[in-house]
Amino acid sequence: MRKKSLSLLSVSLVMTLALSACGGNNANNTANNAGKATNEGSGNTAPSTAKATKVEFWTFQQLHAEFYTEMVKRWNTANPDKTIELVANVSPYDDVHNKLLVALQSGSGAPDFADIEISKFPNYIKGEPQLVPLNDIVEPDLDNLVKARFDIYAKDGNYYGIDYHVGASVIYYNKEILDKAGVNADDIKTWDDFAKAGKVVLDKTGIPMTTLETSEQWSMWLQTAQLPSKDDLLKADGTPNLDGPEVTQVMKWQQEQMKSGVAVGAPGGFHHAEEYFGFMGKGGAASVWMPLWYMGRFTDSMPDLKGKMIIRPMPAWSTGEPRSAGMGGTATVITKQTKSEDLVKQFLSFAKLSKEGSIATWTILGFDPLRSDVWDDEAMKAPNKFTEYFGNNIFDVLTEVKDEIEGINIGEKTPQVIDAIKTQSNVRILLDNEDTEKVLKDVNSGL
Amino acid sequence: MSNTPNVTRVKQTSGSSSISSLLYSQKIAPYVFVLPFIISFSVFFAYPVVSAFIMSFQEIVPGSSKFIGFDNYKELWNPTFFKAIKNSTVYTALTLLLLIPIPLVLAAFLNSKVMIFKNFFRSTLFIPALTSVVVAGTIFRLAFGELDGSLMNTFITALGFEKQRWLGDRWLGLMTLLILACWRWMGINMLYFMAGLQNISKEVYESAEIDGANTWKKFTNITVPLLKPITIYVFTISIYGGYAMFTESYMLYSGNRSPKDIGLTMVGYLYRSGWEQNNLGLGAAVGIVLLAITFIITFVQLNLFGLFKKEE
Repeated sequence: MRKKSLSLLSVSLVMTLALSACGGNNANNTANNAGKATNEGSGNTAPSTAKATKVEFWTFQQLHAEFYTEMVKRWNTANPDKTIELVANVSPYDDVHNKLLVALQSGSGAPDFADIEISKFPNYIKGEPQLVPLNDIVEPDLDNLVKARFDIYAKDGNYYGIDYHVGASVIYYNKEILDKAGVNADDIKTWDDFAKAGKVVLDKTGIPMTTLETSEQWSMWLQTAQLPSKDDLLKADGTPNLDGPEVTQVMKWQQEQMKSGVAVGAPGGFHHAEEYFGFMGKGGAASVWMPLWYMGRFTDSMPDLKGKMIIRPMPAWSTGEPRSAGMGGTATVITKQTKSEDLVKQFLSFAKLSKEGSIATWTILGFDPLRSDVWDDEAMKAPNKFTEYFGNNIFDVLTEVKDEIEGINIGEKTPQVIDAIKTQSNVRILLDNEDTEKVLKDVNSGL
Repeated sequence: MSNTPNVTRVKQTSGSSSISSLLYSQKIAPYVFVLPFIISFSVFFAYPVVSAFIMSFQEIVPGSSKFIGFDNYKELWNPTFFKAIKNSTVYTALTLLLLIPIPLVLAAFLNSKVMIFKNFFRSTLFIPALTSVVVAGTIFRLAFGELDGSLMNTFITALGFEKQRWLGDRWLGLMTLLILACWRWMGINMLYFMAGLQNISKEVYESAEIDGANTWKKFTNITVPLLKPITIYVFTISIYGGYAMFTESYMLYSGNRSPKDIGLTMVGYLYRSGWEQNNLGLGAAVGIVLLAITFIITFVQLNLFGLFKKEE
């Protein structure tokens, strides 16, 4: 009898426990909802009567989340009848890309819209893309937009992503070092000039003219993409082109600079390594060429160079040839799993493609906007931390090279080609001094 | 809501005899008790392994995945993958050589009566195991940096050597990985051995002393043989740990991008093909090969240690 009542007691205890657990959950849910509702209230400046649509956004960059939070505020003020409640999730780079890939592949769990970095982008348009084509918002504005930045996120005539910036590549000179060597940055027109000036700088100051990335692709990709040819790391048809004449020319030139000491390998292997920031920040090299978005790395990670750096168009391979390439980038995409496709599309168009949105990408993020018709707008001249650091001529440089910004080829092979550059070709050519053509043939045949 | 428990209780009363007989049944109860393990094993291990096995024969593309036979395995027949296998194997072998004998000796020291500051050494040797690999990897990357000012370069230039590109060289890079592994795992392995040492009875040592055995004799003839079960355990988990190594290399090279793939491990290759290049079929194939390799090695090793022989 005792046994029986004991087991009875335990069973009923378990049941109550289970039930109260359910109750607890409900309470939690309501609490959550309440929390979100207050969030929405504080984010909403306009008194909205209509219920806000909840929209989820994933990114790996805190700044991007802040940008959209600000743009949602502006959107809600302008459109009180269709307000948005933004839930922005920021996670580390790899996490976001992996989670999004799984969510899209398995068909559930994806956010309404998300950021995808360009070197990962081809992974997401394999097979049948799980993203919404954005042609109806992109095409009407295409005349004012830098089209090359949309082609890189396109497949079969559909545009799947909208970037934050043009990513025009420029060269950053340390004017203090150039002055010491008596070199004028404006006299450097071609890469040959650059090499000669580099020799002067090296002889007079003992400081290398530049650093080259040995475990990343930017240094060589920019130089390859700026060539007038249609092929860069990939041929125009999407096949790997590492042994093509373009890459060979660039890598031969880079190897020569390494041999003569004009260039050294970037400490840490790439231009985002902590070691590089330390080295460059202390005046370790006289220049570096990177896209315009690299400005943020100077202001945040190399504060000592404030007022010493100047921005110029990149040297050309020969006089009259293009001096820039649109490079790097992160696309915002809308997933097919969204329940409010039209609303998110309209919002994205407002946030990134409109004149107001384009100006905001500069004022909030410090990026070169996708709309070239705002580059000479008055709003772009207002001082911010970048003009304080680099001077006021940032957009003059951009306007100067406006028609020389070369596009790049992005395809399914891009991630593989970039892996090969990071781990094989750059190290073997620049650090181990192996024969350029042989290495490139070798590596390309392995792809 | 408040009524619900009462309702269930009433229901339970009527069915209680059958439930209690179920709970007290000698046949069924064991299964009930192992059920949590069976469930978590099948959900988190068996199911993923089976589906990875199936995926390794497929090309995984959203909307149009299809079976492609052995193509993924054929694609694995490439120099990069062989390099990854080689790297993982060398790393595993060397960690076994370092991380079994040294912790064993250290444990014997810390267990000895004459040792001073025992507790201090125990905790300092164990603390690294509590740090995150990510933090440790980042700090090691900076300590083993290539610039003049990095910790290791300052150290060896002071000793009169030339500065090194630690992470750029095949053997120096491997050495760094091994130092990181030793720093991190020494304490854990030592803990296992110390637990084993507590189980060896003092009387065995006493009788050996009476027979005139010195410390070395006692160590080789009593401590080492009697620690065999622990050693087998540590050996087995170290093989798995060695082949599964990825985070350390990933953090040390700040990404999956060691020069000429000197730091590429099998899991690194899995990550690269499966995620970085979105070829989950190929990634699954790497996983299956990794599973097969560790399975075979562990099986052979357990066999050599005589674990499958009947007790004499």
